Amino acid sequence: MVVDIIISTLINGSIYSILAIGFSLVFGVARIINIAHTAFYMLAAFCIYAGTNSFGLHPVLAMGAAIIFVTILGLASYKLIIEKIRVHPAATIIATIALAMIFQEIMILNFGAEFLSVPVLVEGFTVVFGVKITYQQVFTFIFMVILLISVWFLLMKTKLGLAIRATAQDRETANLMGMNESMIALVTIGISVGFAGFAGAIVIPLTVIHPHMWLSPLIIMMAVVVLGGLGSIKGSIIGAFIMGLTEAIIVFLLPMGSFLKGSVALTILIIVLIIKPEGLFGVSIEGE
Amino acid sequence: MSILVYLRRLFVTIKEEIIILPTKVITILFILFLLVLPVILPDSYLMRVLILAAIFAMLTASWDFLSGFAGQLNFGHALFFGVGAYSSALFNLLLKIPPAGSIPLSGLVAVLAGLIIGFPCLRLKGIYLALTTIAFPIILTGVVNALPGITGGELGLSGLDKLTGSRIGDYYIVTLLMLGSCTVMYKLTQSNVGIIFHAIREDEVSLKVSGINTTKYKLLAFCLSGLFAGIAGGVYAHFMRIAGPSTLSVSTSFTIIIYAVFGGVCTIYGSVAAVYILFPLMEVFQLLPQFRTLFFAAIVLIILLYMPSGFIQWIIDKIEKTCSRCGHKNHALRKICRFCERPFKYY
Repeated sequence: MVVDIIISTLINGSIYSILAIGFSLVFGVARIINIAHTAFYMLAAFCIYAGTNSFGLHPVLAMGAAIIFVTILGLASYKLIIEKIRVHPAATIIATIALAMIFQEIMILNFGAEFLSVPVLVEGFTVVFGVKITYQQVFTFIFMVILLISVWFLLMKTKLGLAIRATAQDRETANLMGMNESMIALVTIGISVGFAGFAGAIVIPLTVIHPHMWLSPLIIMMAVVVLGGLGSIKGSIIGAFIMGLTEAIIVFLLPMGSFLKGSVALTILIIVLIIKPEGLFGVSIEGE
Repeated sequence: MSILVYLRRLFVTIKEEIIILPTKVITILFILFLLVLPVILPDSYLMRVLILAAIFAMLTASWDFLSGFAGQLNFGHALFFGVGAYSSALFNLLLKIPPAGSIPLSGLVAVLAGLIIGFPCLRLKGIYLALTTIAFPIILTGVVNALPGITGGELGLSGLDKLTGSRIGDYYIVTLLMLGSCTVMYKLTQSNVGIIFHAIREDEVSLKVSGINTTKYKLLAFCLSGLFAGIAGGVYAHFMRIAGPSTLSVSTSFTIIIYAVFGGVCTIYGSVAAVYILFPLMEVFQLLPQFRTLFFAAIVLIILLYMPSGFIQWIIDKIEKTCSRCGHKNHALRKICRFCERPFKYY
């Protein structure tokens, strides 16, 4: 039981944190609430399915192609649609909702609304304290940790990361200091969508693929971001693991737990917000 | 004698204020069309479409009232709708209250829901509020699914009383209810309360400084919006005779927002017009059900890109001009303002 909860927490927490960091970065830098963020995660999953099933690609190759395709699609939809209405926050949210719905519908048209699955990358399992752990789970977790470390490295140790953080903190000043704000926004969106695609690609052998799979991670991801504080990377990671842990505990300990997991996680979110309206590590953005 | 005076005044108003402005003419023709339609074309299917359109028009207008005017961006408006639907179903099935009682009661329960979510949301602003309000209907969906004994679980509660016996009766009740509630909301937004709502959206701090209790008005917006959305939910439950989890779904919330944006946010009439245009259009697309949502989303993107203030507002701007000196409205063909005679061509 305890081991089950720990495994579930680690895997879900790392997925949520990758998604939440991407979402939070885009919000911080470009002030865009990207509802379609998890739709890109869904698209990556479908790309891998199509790549392995229809084109007969090797799974690893399909993963690479999926990530590249999703990133290009994300950049294109930003350039063609979102950038023109970026100044109106509400319009941006609605446009991204519409985008996500369009992606979902196109996937339903192409693949049908059935549950699909892709083969695992790594076969086999091991038993720890009487609990079966597949190597795919271990592999997913390790990849997620590598991804998290590389995000941290990118943001904290590179010049681009410095520019991204500076823009997130104060757009106008960063612009005055010679950082090309619109270029940085574009790069950030590329990175964010790329990470969403990567998360989808890594995690997909563990779950099933269907066109509505973007909705439930979307809700939890938003909860994570609000819980941790919008624009805070540390907050996103900690919030993600809190949400992952709550979900795991609810699912394994309560009867009817799988129905209630979203409810309890979101109730925690609301309680935190009542006590601390800007989230756990949020910075107040009232000055805008 | 006095009746003659009133008639004369009415006649003058019609002649001077209504015939002159195309939007007013269209509004009155639209209302007349809604009221006369069942008499000239008593088609059961058409009437069903228009009843559902009326319910969603009420719901969308209530979203616009809260999010467009008061600026409290609510992304979980389905909460009120679902609470209304479920509570009227429970009142009807458990306490055997007829629809005439259960629908107003469900409105009151939705007001309570508005208060409950309004209190935590008072401290949140803008994007935090939007992201938090998404959570409430999902929490309730979880509870509904976890308590199948009371709420019927995923299948929902079915076997409610009919609204009235006949389709035409249903049609008139729902349409009049929609017209009445939208008029109330529109009049409220044109009153002093509406000015305070605009100010809350634009600059809450200044409003507080001016000595106005913004908390009270924000809660008022939540409650009124909840009331109308709850009534819409109750009517929906009695009309469909089922209250299921789909009333609480995320896509219901998103659909409402899309309708409102199509019509133009911050105009009650825009929401109503948008629903009456889009909803029957979607029914036409029923022939190609797989393209429905795609078409819907594509329309929204096009509207956002090319008509940022909404389709209805865009049309109004084409057929009416506002005088920049005296602020009165004129139809688009006029060369000079009908009040202050300022020519339009200079700007």
